[in-house]
Amino acid sequence: MASPATIDLSSALVLTPTPTADWLVVLPVVLMITVGAALMMIRKSVRLHGFVAIGGLTLLVVLDAALLWKVSTEGPVTMVMGRWLPPFGIAFTADLFGAAMALAAAVVALAVGIYALVDIEGSGRRYGFFPFLMLLMAGVSGAFLTGDIFNLYVWFEVLLISSFGLLILGSEPEQIDGALKYAILNLVATTLFLISVGYLYAIFGTLNMADIARKAGELRDTAPLVTLTTLFILAFGMKAAAFPVNFWLPASYHTPRIVVSALFGGLLTKVGIYALIRVTVMLFPVERETLSLILAVSAVLTMMLGAIGALAQTDIRRLIGYLVIAGIGNILAGVSIGTPAAISGAMLYALHSMVTMTALYVVAGRAAHLAGSWSLASLGGLYRQAPWFSAASLLLFLAAAGLPPLSGLWPKVALLKASLDIGAWWLAAGILLSAFLITLSLARVFLLAYWRPQAETPPAPKAAHGWRSVLPIGALTALVLWFGLLPEPLLALSQAAADGLADPSAYILSVFPDAVRGATP
Amino acid sequence: MNSLILRTVAPVLTALMLLFSIFVLLRGHNEPGGGFIGGLIAASALGVYGIAFGVTAVRRAIRFHPMAIAGAGLMLAALSGLISIFFRVPFMTGLWVYPQILGVEVPLATVMSFDIGVYLVVVGAIASIALALEQEPGPTIGPEEKH
Repeated sequence: MASPATIDLSSALVLTPTPTADWLVVLPVVLMITVGAALMMIRKSVRLHGFVAIGGLTLLVVLDAALLWKVSTEGPVTMVMGRWLPPFGIAFTADLFGAAMALAAAVVALAVGIYALVDIEGSGRRYGFFPFLMLLMAGVSGAFLTGDIFNLYVWFEVLLISSFGLLILGSEPEQIDGALKYAILNLVATTLFLISVGYLYAIFGTLNMADIARKAGELRDTAPLVTLTTLFILAFGMKAAAFPVNFWLPASYHTPRIVVSALFGGLLTKVGIYALIRVTVMLFPVERETLSLILAVSAVLTMMLGAIGALAQTDIRRLIGYLVIAGIGNILAGVSIGTPAAISGAMLYALHSMVTMTALYVVAGRAAHLAGSWSLASLGGLYRQAPWFSAASLLLFLAAAGLPPLSGLWPKVALLKASLDIGAWWLAAGILLSAFLITLSLARVFLLAYWRPQAETPPAPKAAHGWRSVLPIGALTALVLWFGLLPEPLLALSQAAADGLADPSAYILSVFPDAVRGATP
Repeated sequence: MNSLILRTVAPVLTALMLLFSIFVLLRGHNEPGGGFIGGLIAASALGVYGIAFGVTAVRRAIRFHPMAIAGAGLMLAALSGLISIFFRVPFMTGLWVYPQILGVEVPLATVMSFDIGVYLVVVGAIASIALALEQEPGPTIGPEEKH
């Protein structure tokens, strides 16, 4: 073996020293894996789990916020694993879109983690709730921050396996039933994703997303890119619960513990949507244009199915599950339009939906804790019992319905404007109609569960949750309110992120800083 | 299993397989082998021991819960990648030291500690599944044992 001095390493390795700040790209994932591993090692000391996990998640929020700040000031950040040059080394690349989604996911996970301190008691912790939560967040953060499409698949697997563990926490027959449908349909989707990645590799000979984006233009005339994009849309649409491949969601999301539903409703479908936007908007924009009618029809059907489904439910957990689907329909509408304004609206909607849907599930859990039921038929008297909680719930309901002055308004306005700009009035009509139906279904919840006097004798007073339930609901409501009242920073952020996807030259430059080498792959 | 032949052979076989798994693990840097396959061999060794003497004997022999072993492996692998932060090179870059041990130069690397981490993850995860499957079903299975 020749000594390193005689070989020109600069064509294979990154030889410039890596600034410590660049580590922010991988640290969220590394942190979650390390904390998860630590929790597995102290699996018997379940009392410690909560503290360690909350500490880890708080640090994750700080890291993701620092990463977002760095990306917004300096542009996309890239680190390649093992210092191998891309496209051979696996690149982690954070742009505004990925960093913003990662931060929102971290905030949501922290809120859920705090609520889990009261909701997940001894046996749930012994089953490993907190280690699974950490590994799930490793998967979610990895999916948002990776710049390599096969690596994206790996993070999908990581979060999928952790989500299986979380779904069956408690091993009740109904959970196993829900988990089986969830597992099989998600495995089909993941396999489709893997097949698409294989197909992509056969066409491009590379898996690095920046490399694919830069080569797609030359290959467009000869390679079957529309077929490839269709496969990806089907795989990610299934993950995101888009019509007609969304039936796993209503079948499974009401069965696990409420914190798990909150986590899944907030994060998992959004990871699918994130991947869909990343692939269709950044990698294959021309092919997305070809398929935009199919996407638009699917979007309208998804949001209508969600809105009508929500009207028909009496179990509030199922109802929120349909609201998650309706939100996916709205995001998909933005993807189908595809202009930067529409993509920016879709991103805003995704961020809003992550926070709001999680908050709704947490609220449902709290309501069920107070009134002792999940069913609208027997819930009642919450307003008299807990006025502050009811006020927060009302704000969240308004946000989910898209009414001012809360966070749901701005993404809907952006999407409406974008669809009217291209003359797709039926898409705009679909968005408005689904928003109207969602308002009805949430008004029904508020009327029945909150305003209606308690029919039977109230259940025995439960032990107070204290700050561990007040803080998550309060913080998420405050976020929703803040974004509703002061939307400018987020609007600017999502606009910049959408521009970054429409013209990924900054992203490509971050992975291939050497333009000369970039020209001869 | 109540077989005299198996009970006589099992300790020897288990010891051999464990030794061989470590050999495969260390050999894996430049030749076929590595942490994953080594871990599988070690987990099968524990499986053989479990068939001969019962799950309780295995759990007592390995001292730590299999999931805790897997956790330790995951931690070791993650930390091996993290060391490169101190040398201003990207995550997971292989770093080498060449200490003289008893007059022989022994190359040690973060690549190796990462592979040992993989080994432990595989031993822990597979052994935990295997032991759960070998366990006699009964009322003693609580969340503690099933996990």
